[in-house]
Amino acid sequence: MSDTTLIGGIAGRMPKFLRRADPAVVTAFACIVLLLLVGSLYSRSFLSPEYLLQQLKVASFLGVIATGMMLVILLGQIDLSVPWSVAVGAMMACAAAAYGPLGSVLAIPFGIVCGIAIGVVNGIGVAYLRIPSMIITLATNAVAQGLMVVYTGGFSPQDSATPAMRYLATGFAIPAVPNAVIIWALIGAAMVFLLTRTGFGRAVYGIGNRERAAYLSGIDTRRVVMVAFAVSGGLSAFGGVLLAGYASKAAQSMGDAYLLPSIAAVVLGGTSILGGRGSYLGTVAGVILITLLQSILSVMQMPEAGRQIVYGVVIVVMLLLYGRAPASR
Amino acid sequence: MKDWRYWLAEQRGTLLALGIFVAMFAIYSANHPAGFTANVVQTAANKGVLLAFVAMAQTLVVITAGIDLSVGMIFTLTNCLASWLVIGTGLETAFGVIAVLGTGLVCGAINGAIVIYGRLQPIVATIATGAVYFGLALLLRPFPGGSVNEDLADALTGRLFGLVPASLVALAVVVLIVWVPFSRSELGRAAYAAGSSETAAYMSGVPIRRGKFVAYTLAGLLAAIGGLFLTFFTYTGDAAYASGNAYTLFSIAAVVLGGVSLFGGKGSALGAIFGALAFRTIGDLLFVFDLDPLWQPLFQGVILLIAVSLGAFALFRVRNRLEWFL
Repeated sequence: MSDTTLIGGIAGRMPKFLRRADPAVVTAFACIVLLLLVGSLYSRSFLSPEYLLQQLKVASFLGVIATGMMLVILLGQIDLSVPWSVAVGAMMACAAAAYGPLGSVLAIPFGIVCGIAIGVVNGIGVAYLRIPSMIITLATNAVAQGLMVVYTGGFSPQDSATPAMRYLATGFAIPAVPNAVIIWALIGAAMVFLLTRTGFGRAVYGIGNRERAAYLSGIDTRRVVMVAFAVSGGLSAFGGVLLAGYASKAAQSMGDAYLLPSIAAVVLGGTSILGGRGSYLGTVAGVILITLLQSILSVMQMPEAGRQIVYGVVIVVMLLLYGRAPASR
Repeated sequence: MKDWRYWLAEQRGTLLALGIFVAMFAIYSANHPAGFTANVVQTAANKGVLLAFVAMAQTLVVITAGIDLSVGMIFTLTNCLASWLVIGTGLETAFGVIAVLGTGLVCGAINGAIVIYGRLQPIVATIATGAVYFGLALLLRPFPGGSVNEDLADALTGRLFGLVPASLVALAVVVLIVWVPFSRSELGRAAYAAGSSETAAYMSGVPIRRGKFVAYTLAGLLAAIGGLFLTFFTYTGDAAYASGNAYTLFSIAAVVLGGVSLFGGKGSALGAIFGALAFRTIGDLLFVFDLDPLWQPLFQGVILLIAVSLGAFALFRVRNRLEWFL
C-alpha cells in the first residue's frame, strides 16, 4: 500500500488536473463503466440517454445529501443524523405548505432551516463540547425522530409538497435536463469552489489532517467545524425537500435509505474517513456508482435481501481495493 | 494512594452507572402500580437483558477504540436464525443454539478480519457488513414468523425459585464465562492496550491484532446471545431494520452511560450492562407516569443527548487548550 501513500504525498504538490488522477477516483469511474457494460447486457435500453438521465436524476438526491456528508467527513467527523435530517426537512417543508400561500412560499427555506438547526446542535456538540461526532449525531438523530413522531402522531403526515418543491424535483427548466440534476450541479459547483478557492475550504482540509496544528496556525477550528455540520444538516434537509417534491409527500422513514449510501458514496469516491483527503469529483463518482448499482440490482429484479447483501459486499470489496489504511509502523 | 482508591478511580464509571440504575429503578418500581414485586422485576429484567447483551458486545469493540455498527444486525440475524433452528427435541435444540452462537462468532470474526487484517475503518466496514447481515436476516425471514422451543424459552425467561429472573442469572453466567476470562487474559489486556495507545502497545510487543480480533469475535458471540434471548422472549424471528438499528444506537448509548470511553482503553462490560439497564428503565419511566407512549422516542432521545453531553464537563478541568484536540 506504500505506493498509494506515495502518490497521495506527491499529489499534494501537483497541479490540479494531475491531482484528479487519484487512483481511487479512477477506480470508481472504471467501476461505473463496468456497471454500465454489465447493465447493457441485461437490457438494451440501459445505455439510452433517457435512462441515463433518469439515473442521474435519482442520483442527484443522494448527491445533494452526500455533498454535506463529504464536508463533515473531510473534517474527520461523521454525520449519522442524516436519516432524520432528511425526514425533518421533508416533513417541515410539507407542514409549512399547509399554512396558506405564505407557508407555501416559505416551505423550502423553512425545511432547510430546520435541518440547519439540527446541524448547529451537532456542531456545538462536536466543536465546543468535544463530544465524539458519532455519538452526538446519533443523539440528535434520535431527538429529531422523537420530535417528528410526536408531531405526526406516528403516522406519515397528510400534508403534501408545494408545486415549487415538485418543480424543483421533477420539472425541466432546460429541456431534457431534469431540474434535480441542475440543482446537484449547482450545489456541487458551490462545494468545489468552497473547498478549493476559499479559506474555509483550506481550513476544512487542515482540520481534517490535524486539528491541533490548524488551531495553532490561527484558524478558529471550532467555528469551522460548527459551520460544516450546519451545512451538512441544511443539505440533508434540502435533499429531504427534493425527495418530498419527488414523491409529492413526506414519509416517516424516508431518510433511512440515505445514511449508508451517502457515507459509502463519499468513501468509495476516495475521501479518507479519517479526514483531510478527498476530492468532490470522487464523491460524484461514488454517488453515480451507488445509484447505478442500486438500479442494476432492481433491473435484475433482485429481492431486497439480495440487494442489501450485494451492496455491503461491493462496498467492502471496493474499500479493500483502495481504501486501506497503511500497515502498522 | 491506597489500593482501594485505585480501584475506586478505575471503577468510577461502572459505579456511576450502577448508581443511576439503582436510582432510576427505585423511582420506576415506587411508581409502578404493582409496586416492587417479582413480576415487575422479571419484566424489567427481560427487557433490559437484551440491551445488556448487545451493549456488552459493543463494549468489547469500543475498548479497542473501534466501533461496531453491525451489532444490531447480528442481533437481528441470529434472532431470525434461531426462529428456524432452536426447536424440536432436546438434541436438535442444543444443536440449534450452538449453530446460532457459531453464526454470531463468524459474523464477529468477519468484522474483525475486515477491520484488522483488511485495515478498513471500523465505522464504514461494520456499516457495510451490517447491511450484509441484515440482508441475510431478510433472506431467512422475509416475513415475521417461526417458532422456538418453548420449554427452553420459558425456562430462560421465567423465574428461578419463583424469585430471581432467570434472564438475569443467564446474564451473570455469560459475564462469568465470557467477560471475566477475557478481560483478565493476555488478549484482553492487549485489547485494552490497543485502545489506549495502539502505537505504544505495538512497540511493546503486545499482540494487538490477536487481541482486537478476539474482541470483535466475542462481540459477535455476545450479540448472538442477545438475538437468542430475543427469540426466547418473542417466540418469533423478525428481520426488522428499525429494530436492529435501534439496538445498535441504544448499545452505544448504554456504553456511554456505562462509563466506557469511546476513545478506547477504558471501561468495563459491567458498566455497560448497568448503563443498558439504566437506559431501559429511563425509557420505561414514561409508562409508570402514564404519559402518552408517543413521547417515548423523544424522551429517550433527550436522555441520550443529556447523557452524552455530561462528558463535556471534563472540559472545565482542561488547563491547556491544546488538550481539546486529542
